Amino acid sequence: MNPVVNVPPTMSTLDRFLFSFFNPDIAGRYWKAIAEGFVTTTWLGVTVIITGLVVGLALAVARAQHVKPLNFCIIVFADVFRALPPLVIIIILFFAFPYIEMAMSAFTATWLSLSLVLAAFAEEIFWAGILAVPKGQWEAARSTGMSRLETLQHVVLPQAVRMTVPPLTNRVMAITKGTALGSVVALHEILNVSSSASSESGNATPLLVGACAYLILFIPFVWFGRWIETRFAWKR
Amino acid sequence: METLLTVFFNVEIMKKVWPFLLQGLGMTVVLSLVVIPLGLAGGLGIAILSSLQRRWLNRVLIVYVDFFRAFPPLVLLIFIYFGFPFLQIDLPKFAAVALGFFLNTSSYFGEIFRAGFESIPRGQLEAARSTGLTRWQALVSVVIPQATRNVLPDLISNTLEVIKLTSLASVVALPELLNNARQAQALTYNATPVVLAALMYLLLLWPIVRLLSRLEHKSIALH
Amino acid sequence: MKQDLPPILELKGLVKSFGALQVLKGIDFSVQPGELAFIIGPSGSGKSTLLRCCNRLEEPDGGSVTVDGIDITAPGVDINRLRQKIGMVFQSFNLYPHMTALGNVTLALRKVQGMDKATADAKGRAALERVGLTDKADAYPNQLSGGQQQRVGIARSLALEPLIVLFDEPTSALDPELVGGVLKVMRELRESGMTMVVVSHEMAFARAAADRVVFMDQGQIVEQGPPEEVFGNPKHARLREFLATLADRH
Ligand SMILES: Nc1ncnc2c1ncn2[C@@H]1O[C@H](COP(=O)(O)OP(=O)(O)OP(=O)(O)O)[C@@H](O)[C@H]1O
Ligand SMILES: [Mg+2]
Repeated sequence: MNPVVNVPPTMSTLDRFLFSFFNPDIAGRYWKAIAEGFVTTTWLGVTVIITGLVVGLALAVARAQHVKPLNFCIIVFADVFRALPPLVIIIILFFAFPYIEMAMSAFTATWLSLSLVLAAFAEEIFWAGILAVPKGQWEAARSTGMSRLETLQHVVLPQAVRMTVPPLTNRVMAITKGTALGSVVALHEILNVSSSASSESGNATPLLVGACAYLILFIPFVWFGRWIETRFAWKR
Repeated sequence: METLLTVFFNVEIMKKVWPFLLQGLGMTVVLSLVVIPLGLAGGLGIAILSSLQRRWLNRVLIVYVDFFRAFPPLVLLIFIYFGFPFLQIDLPKFAAVALGFFLNTSSYFGEIFRAGFESIPRGQLEAARSTGLTRWQALVSVVIPQATRNVLPDLISNTLEVIKLTSLASVVALPELLNNARQAQALTYNATPVVLAALMYLLLLWPIVRLLSRLEHKSIALH
Repeated sequence: MKQDLPPILELKGLVKSFGALQVLKGIDFSVQPGELAFIIGPSGSGKSTLLRCCNRLEEPDGGSVTVDGIDITAPGVDINRLRQKIGMVFQSFNLYPHMTALGNVTLALRKVQGMDKATADAKGRAALERVGLTDKADAYPNQLSGGQQQRVGIARSLALEPLIVLFDEPTSALDPELVGGVLKVMRELRESGMTMVVVSHEMAFARAAADRVVFMDQGQIVEQGPPEEVFGNPKHARLREFLATLADRH
């Protein structure tokens, strides 16, 4: 997909610029498709956040049971999915798994990849939070007869999760932005829809509309992150 | 099991595509070596400028940082790569990729350094100035070293992200590791090249991931 | 104190090591119902480890720990159920910072005993009343002084109606002016008949309130007896030395 520039040759520079980037006709033609992409991106992001955080938390809780072989597996999982670029995982799931009869849709491949990556990072963050809760908290709770799991649930996790909010917010945002990688496997999310609209029309306006869609989606996220950071500054 | 081996870990194919992937790895390394120092320098610049506490300047910096953190890096890359021709600017592929990554990376590093600067008590700067150091000297020899140490885990973590980020250059067919692996996959009708590329990424990045885990747990233990 | 009844807590040949370091070298020790046993000894002599073995926060390596006739180290015992009967008060309070005083006191009632909130709250308030903190039920730990926090810590144990409460240096982390309030609560607790084992350096409290003072050194009980005897007529050189260093400090 090489960019084809479709501009009337007689135009002045400013007119060419406006025609290419702020073209109301083109915007009108494609905004609906981009809006659908917006819905896909949002839905993908929400499912990734939920799956990733739930799996990450479950893994951290499992790790707190101190079962050696299980912990080894969790650490390997977390290491691998933190080290691999998400795009590599998406491409393996989408293009390589069909070779072993495990084809999946572009949505599934992107969702699964990003969820695994978020789960890996979330596990590490939750685990660091659990470790940061002083040992005395465990001892106090255990001495009143609470089990390991009850202590984790009522005493340790509420404190750990609070500490993890700022780093988790940043990580969730970074990985949710990875939904744009779905465009590589032709998932019709914002980037895919707007860049194919752009090459189809030979005009950059759809790209600009897509960019605005991303800003609408993620700027509140960035602001939320800033607010969180000042509220719960994680003391190092 | 049989098919799994021939399709994912085919030794014949590994041998054949190895040099081509190695070439790609070279490009990945070069790209990282260009983007990381630029991003660090840009980020440090942002932090230094915002430590000047000029109101209008800070607003501009915050807009810059928030803007480029809000964009998915791939969107930035596509926008630059496909958008610039409309401005009749002919940017070489490598430059387009590096520019896109720089905008993203410098804003992340900027935020990290800014947090680092804020972690240094004002007294440090004042003590340095009281011994006659200029503002710049105090910054270079007192504030920056301490700030860097305080946010070292975050700096390393973001460096890891930047190296992973370079895989996005495959989308505009810059011949880095993932791009070459995908080409090899298309030519051999076999998943082995991509799996091999994944292993190469793992080998390259796993030590950084380990280091990070240790640093993070240590910093919490200290606290 | 009831001498003729079976002991509430009984340790026999208790042994505990950390790696190569043997911290408890065969401790025999028992506490009668209503008794206040006061443990003293130099730093590192194993006092905390001894207490922590009594509710298995540390696993003993050998010997037995019997609480109210039940060997708590036996395989298959429900240690969580037994721990409710063995209160523990920590040097660093260890209050849950995300819960109010009442929340701290009622957590185990609600989550382990499955008590409904109203009953648990009533019990929790009664426990807070015993430590003189009725008005602080809704305060969070960071809104309380150290002395108040420690009293909440005591109430947290009392709410479970324990048979015995173990105190590990309950006043060591407190500013001097806050120590008195905590000791007063402990005294009242003793007068109400609670069985207590106290590790502390508050010798005046020991003289006034302890039934028995136990001197530990290097993982062994070296000497024990009524406070006037242990303090007034120490037999072992090591105890005399220890008491002398304490006197120098004050
Ligand atoms: N978890 C542990 N791992 C290794 N060694 C330990 C551990 N807990 C205690 N020890 C060691 O066991 C010995 C006894 O410790 P303990 O805390 O029981 O002493 P203590 O009499 O309570 O001293 P203090 O008056 O300082 O509180 C010390 O040498 C200590 O270093
Ligand atoms: Mg101790």
